[in-house]
This record gives sequence, C-alpha cells and structure tokens, in this order.
Amino acid sequence: MSIFLSADSRILVQGMTGSEGRKHSQLMIDSGTNVVAGVTPGKGGRTQEFEGTDPRPVFDTVQEAVEATGADVSCLFVPASRAKDAALQAIDAGVRLVVVITEGIPVRDTVEFVARAKGSGTTRVIGPNCPGLITPDGSNVGIIPSSIARSGRIGLVSKSGTLTYQLMFELRDIGFSTCVGIGGDPVVGTSHIDCLEAFEQDPQTEAICLIGEIGGDAEERAAAHIRDHVTKPVVAYVAGFTAPEGRTMGHAGAIVSGSSGTAAAKMRAFQDVGVLVGSTPYETSVLMRRSLGQPAEEDRPVS
Amino acid sequence: MDLFEYQARDLFAAHGVPVLPAQVASDPDGAVRAAQHLGGGTVVVKAQVKTGGRGKAGGIRLAHDPQQAGSAAAGILGMDIKGHTVHRVMVARGASIAQEYYAAILLDRTTGGYLALVSREGGVEIEQLAVERPQALVRVPLDPVRGLDAQVARELVDRAGFTEHPEQIALVLTRLWELFVAQDATLVEVNPLVLTVQGEVIALDGKVTLDDNARFRHPEHAALAESWTQDPWERRAHELGLNYVRLEGQVGVIGNGAGLVMSTLDVVARAGEEFCGVRPANFLDIGGGASAQVMADGLRIVLADPQVRSVFVNVFGGITACDVVARGIVQAFEALRDSGEPVSLPLVVRLDGNNAAAGQEILRSAGLPGVELVRTMDGAAGRAAELAADRVGKD
Repeated sequence: MSIFLSADSRILVQGMTGSEGRKHSQLMIDSGTNVVAGVTPGKGGRTQEFEGTDPRPVFDTVQEAVEATGADVSCLFVPASRAKDAALQAIDAGVRLVVVITEGIPVRDTVEFVARAKGSGTTRVIGPNCPGLITPDGSNVGIIPSSIARSGRIGLVSKSGTLTYQLMFELRDIGFSTCVGIGGDPVVGTSHIDCLEAFEQDPQTEAICLIGEIGGDAEERAAAHIRDHVTKPVVAYVAGFTAPEGRTMGHAGAIVSGSSGTAAAKMRAFQDVGVLVGSTPYETSVLMRRSLGQPAEEDRPVS
Repeated sequence: MDLFEYQARDLFAAHGVPVLPAQVASDPDGAVRAAQHLGGGTVVVKAQVKTGGRGKAGGIRLAHDPQQAGSAAAGILGMDIKGHTVHRVMVARGASIAQEYYAAILLDRTTGGYLALVSREGGVEIEQLAVERPQALVRVPLDPVRGLDAQVARELVDRAGFTEHPEQIALVLTRLWELFVAQDATLVEVNPLVLTVQGEVIALDGKVTLDDNARFRHPEHAALAESWTQDPWERRAHELGLNYVRLEGQVGVIGNGAGLVMSTLDVVARAGEEFCGVRPANFLDIGGGASAQVMADGLRIVLADPQVRSVFVNVFGGITACDVVARGIVQAFEALRDSGEPVSLPLVVRLDGNNAAAGQEILRSAGLPGVELVRTMDGAAGRAAELAADRVGKD
C-alpha cells in the first residue's frame, strides 16, 4: 500500500512538451510510472516521442486528456505565469490528484486554486514549489529521483526536496511506502497533517519521518495532530536554526517573522509531544532506525 | 519584499487611501526644502528603515519650522536602528490626532487564505494588543474570491465598534483590499489609522509587503526594490541569479536545494561549537540541475567574502549530477588562477547521490590545492569548521 499514489495511477503531464516537462516525463516513464498523456494548449492532436517506449498523445485541454485516457493524476511543469490556469483546468476536469512542481507562483494564484480544489471535494493539490511524490517501485510523479530508495515501511513528508532525497538515501536499506514533498511555499495544497493522517491509515507505513523548516506554524500544528491522532512512531527534523529574522532562505515560505516561525519553536513543539527530533539529517536517520528496532547501520561508515 | 514607509504611503495614495502630504529627503537641506514645500509649518521627520521601534530609538521627531526639520533630519540620518542604517527621512505635514485605530489585511498561511484585522485601539504594537486585549482586535477571515467588499467592510466596522465616521473607515478598508489585490501584496497594514480633530480619516503610518513571486506581472515593482540590498556580496550574487544570503561567520557554504543548505548552515554552526564558535558565513543554494557555470559563480562569490576562512560544498545529487558539480569546482579554480587570484582557502567537499563516485574521481584526479573530500555531511561540516578555526587562530 501507499498514500495518494499507486501503481494503478494514470498520470498526465501538463507542460509535457516543454524542456523540463519532457525530461521529467521520460524519467517518470523510465521508473515505471504509467504516464498516459500530455497537455499543452495549441499542441493538441500531436504526440510526444520518448526513448524506449511508445509516443504519448498530447491534448489541448485536461478535459480532453481525461476523457481519452482516463488519467486521474496530473503533474504540472508549466511556467509560473500560467500555473494557476493550468491547475484550475485540472481541478475543473475532476482530476483526483494535482501535483504542482512549478516554483515562483504568486501566492494569490495559489490561494485561488487551492481554495478551488478544497471546494471541489474531489481534488487534492500537492505543492506548489515541490518535488512531487514517489511510491517506490510503483509510481513517481514529479522530480524525485527514483533510484535513491526501494519500497519499504517508512512514510516521509517534507517541505524540502533535497532533504527528502538525503533522508531517503540515509534510510534506503529500509525503504519507503511513499515520500511526499509538500513544497516550500507559504501556502500549499497538502499539509504535513494531511500526510500524517494518510500514513496513519496506510498499513504498509510503520513509522513516519517528518521534515520541516522555518516559517509559518505548520510544524506546530502537525505536533498537536501527532499528539491527538497518530499512533505510529514519528521522527522529525527541522532546518533553519541559523536563519536570520526577516530573510527568505531559498523557499518563499522559509522566513522567520519576528519571533514566529523559528526552528527552535518547532523543535520544542515536537519534543513536547514526545516526537524524537534529529539535530542533523544523519542523526534523524539514526533515530528512525532505532524507532524501527534497527539500531545498527550496516552499509555506511559513521564519521 | 518589505517596502519603506514612504513607498507604502505612495501606494496608499495611488489607491485612494487618504494620506498626509509628505516628501522624502536624503540630507538635511533636502529636509528643509521639503518642510518649506509643505507650507513651512509643523512637520514630522521620520527615519525610513524597514524595522519597528523607530519612535523609541529617536527616529521620529517633531519640527515646528523648516530649520528645525533640517536639524531633526541631521540627527536622524545615519542613525542605526536595530542594525538598519537610516539613509532617508520622510518629512510629513503634522496632523492633530483625535483617535488612533488599526487596520490590516494579510495572507494567513495557517488557513491558506486572507485575514482582516481591525481595532479601535491603534498606535501600539499590535502583537502586544493581541496578547493583552484580544477582544479589542477584530479578526475576520476573508473569502479569497469575494475578498473585502463594501458589505464585509461595513460588518468589520460594526464589529470593531466604530461609532465615528464608520462610512469613511469602511471605504478605507475596501481600498486597502483593492491595493492588496492590485499590487499582489501579502501584507497591508495601517498603524495608526487616525481620525483627525477635523474629522478626516488618514493613514498615518503603514507597512506593505509585496509578493516577490508576482514580480513578472508588476514590472513597476523593480523600481521599489532599487535599494533592495545594501550588501555588496548580496547585490553581486543577485546579479548572477544566485540564491544567496550573507550571514556573519567564517565557513562559506554552498549547497543544492533550500532545505539542504539551511540544514548545512545548522550542522556547520553545531560543529563550530567545538571549534572556537565558528559560524556559517552565508546561505548559497545553487539549485536543482545546477550547471558548472553556476557552481563557478557561486564559488567566486563565497571566496571573495573576506570573512570566509574555509568553504564547505555540500551537494546531494538528485537532479543535479555530482560530476557536473565537480567540474564546476575545477573550472572555478582554473578561472580564478587565470585571473591572478588563485584559491588560497581550504575547500571541503561532500558529494552524495547521483554520480557521486564520478564527481569524487574528477576532484581527486584534478589535484586541486586545499580541496578535501569528506564522505558524510556531519563529518565534512566538522572538518570545514576545524579548518576555519585554524585559520582564525593564525590571523
């Protein structure tokens, strides 16, 4: 089992004919993901070539692509200026899961399409400004390298792409049910809490790794949710202890405002509810091993 | 991007929110002329810095004639307020204040929507008011599509208990919403919104934060960012399109991905506790799929910073391939050598993930002076901190 995504998921890629869309569609296909169609306005009726597989049909609209191929997941590689319209189109076509990889979307646009998705009752948005999600050995939607880790019993949710990869790498021998990069923007469609709820229900997931960073109060709310609703072990990591107040650290949402959104407060919130917090990504992996009753790390020397 | 008060005032005026006549000056003579231009009467001279607490720091002074305005400006210009140097003052005509209110519209990250905040008790620190007298602060979530229309404005005014000039205040609220939407703001705050003795409602001081992601549809915002950064390294990094924040420390940091770089800073600071308290000198994210050129540009920026004593390159190859990063390091060393500034600082490199072995091999065979490969992130951070501490000791 897994969350949000399975081997049966049928993926369409909005922006498939652009350079990023083409490159990552190929990688998704190579990792065994069922990519069924592309959508690029004005290029409907054509096909997109890929190496080692059949060309995929390209449609003008999401609606047409869904009707023709039964796609139920969309992955967006469209430029920030067109992302809102693309996301709204996917939501209005009833796509179940919309994964927005695009970085740099104005937050007002995100607020609008996330609100539309919540109102629809059918669509979950992941992102924007995220690496997507992967169910190893099943389906990979976005840009997470599929070669890092195999299927296994850890569920991972993170604001950060490279920290996701780092932890997947550290714990690759144990493996993952699903890894979800929820994105580093101030407003995102899927929260840590949404993923915690799904992992709690997922029989394959035995423990949860949660990665947070400075800005907002998503981690504090996640901690309260863990206290009240999560029975599986959770190990957390928080980045940004050294970030100065008032400066955006790479991610649009990664900013300490006044005394709120600090890494120290987030770490305390987790510790207060009994969640183990690693002080480095490596130490986080050690804590995760311990939670799963795997104290020794066999295949890597410890510095 | 946070705006200066005078920039916020200009936006208020442009969107029909009443403000006082004012001019900006960057020297005392300019302040004298501004005061004369405003009629020669009483003015307020206000430090333009992007931080609170200006009044307490002596950065806001009353002047009764243009000469006084000049000497007030002379006292304020160059002041340091919470680490911000005052380069400009705003000279504003004085007003006779009867009441001070508060109004704000902001992005609410918690709900993924917007929030309107209104209070009859303005002019104080709003965080303080929220804690001490929460009942005095009306907080209303705004529907993202409907926003703050005339009816919502009227409800806000009623709930906050405005009995004087409710129509005028409601009109200000709807105009603040228009500004918020039209300018792609994430915060519009008026504190205080004042009622004058003459019965006018005026935005006396304000704060506006604009969404940097919306720049592509606001070419006019580029001019507001003209003084966006004073730090020469940040300016150069910005020109090169690098995601860079300068800090105070000795270990230069280069990595890929915002989360990993933030984490790297933390791990370096932690390792530094054992080595004379050395700290990370900067945040620099070369991003996903970084080219050799980006790596070279990044290395140049970090090496040019005189506070840097060692450099830690921390890359996890996801989309980025480690061999490309390694070639970037080699290219940067060659380019710096050719320009007569050979790299003289130690560089600790940790490469993991996509093509890590190939990247490590490129660096080993290049035999670059001062470059050390360390296998783990924690180990590499410790080594970079140790090397920086050694050199700090020798200086």
